[in-house]
Amino acid sequence: MPVECEKKGIVMNKSADLKVEARGEREIVMTRTFNAPRELVFEAFTRPDLLKRWLYGPDDWSLPVCEVDLRVGGRYRYLWRCGKDGQEMGAGGVYREIVPSERIVATEKFDDPWYAGEAVISFAFTEQGGKTVLTQTLTYESREARDTVVKSGMEVGLGRSYDRLEEVLSHQ
Amino acid sequence: MEQNGYSNERLDATFAALADPTRRAILARLASGEASVLELAEPFAMTQPAVSKHLKVLERAGLISRAIDAQRRPRRLEARPLRDAARWLERYRKFWEKSFERLDDLLEEMKAGEFKSGETHIKEKKHARGMREKGNRHE
Repeated sequence: MPVECEKKGIVMNKSADLKVEARGEREIVMTRTFNAPRELVFEAFTRPDLLKRWLYGPDDWSLPVCEVDLRVGGRYRYLWRCGKDGQEMGAGGVYREIVPSERIVATEKFDDPWYAGEAVISFAFTEQGGKTVLTQTLTYESREARDTVVKSGMEVGLGRSYDRLEEVLSHQ
Repeated sequence: MEQNGYSNERLDATFAALADPTRRAILARLASGEASVLELAEPFAMTQPAVSKHLKVLERAGLISRAIDAQRRPRRLEARPLRDAARWLERYRKFWEKSFERLDDLLEEMKAGEFKSGETHIKEKKHARGMREKGNRHE
């Protein structure tokens, strides 16, 4: 689904678009460019007060619980809530590696997982000319788990079928 | 995955089934109540065998089932597993896209606010708490 590109004050060019691809047997790689130095991006990814301002997907959701113990072996815990129907979604994990401004590696497990096992998520921040390229890699425990997620509508187009289907189902 | 009984093969079948507009329309029709093959064929101006073919695909994917009514054998939508999956999927796909757009705006704000990493001198209007603690957490 095309992203709404009209944003005030910010030129959302192609490089700003989120790219999602499957790599190898068990990985999903997302890349995204941000128009800011990586120190800032890193802060935005690790400070609960900042995370609460952006990491909640659809506009009617929020991130009321955001706990970050930013050290190797420390835990993080996110709980999202939908303002419309009160639905909640939680996830958390343990930090495995932290290199300030450069790299975060953590385990990731949703409270209500739709794939088998635990995933490992890594964020790598590289800076190019004042812009930061984020490479976000999800490594699943098995190829099956990865494929489930890939088929899960991360591919554009399938999402549309689901939009329609969701519409249909909501009238039930 | 086991929770909603979705095997990988089942997912394959589901996606294949959903790829066809006629089959989506059949699902839409069944969403408003069960219907016989004849009733399903009517609005699509299709022969009964053609509709039956589509129904077979949908049935294999677990998206519909047959009610026990020997004469009419009405089909009904098996919505729950699909609805659960569809919600998840849709959410996941959109989640990062939407979040990153918001992060773009936040970063602009941070850049304008003479932000210093580690010391955290960002000028924030509403979210000024938690800054001291953050310094400690980094150590």
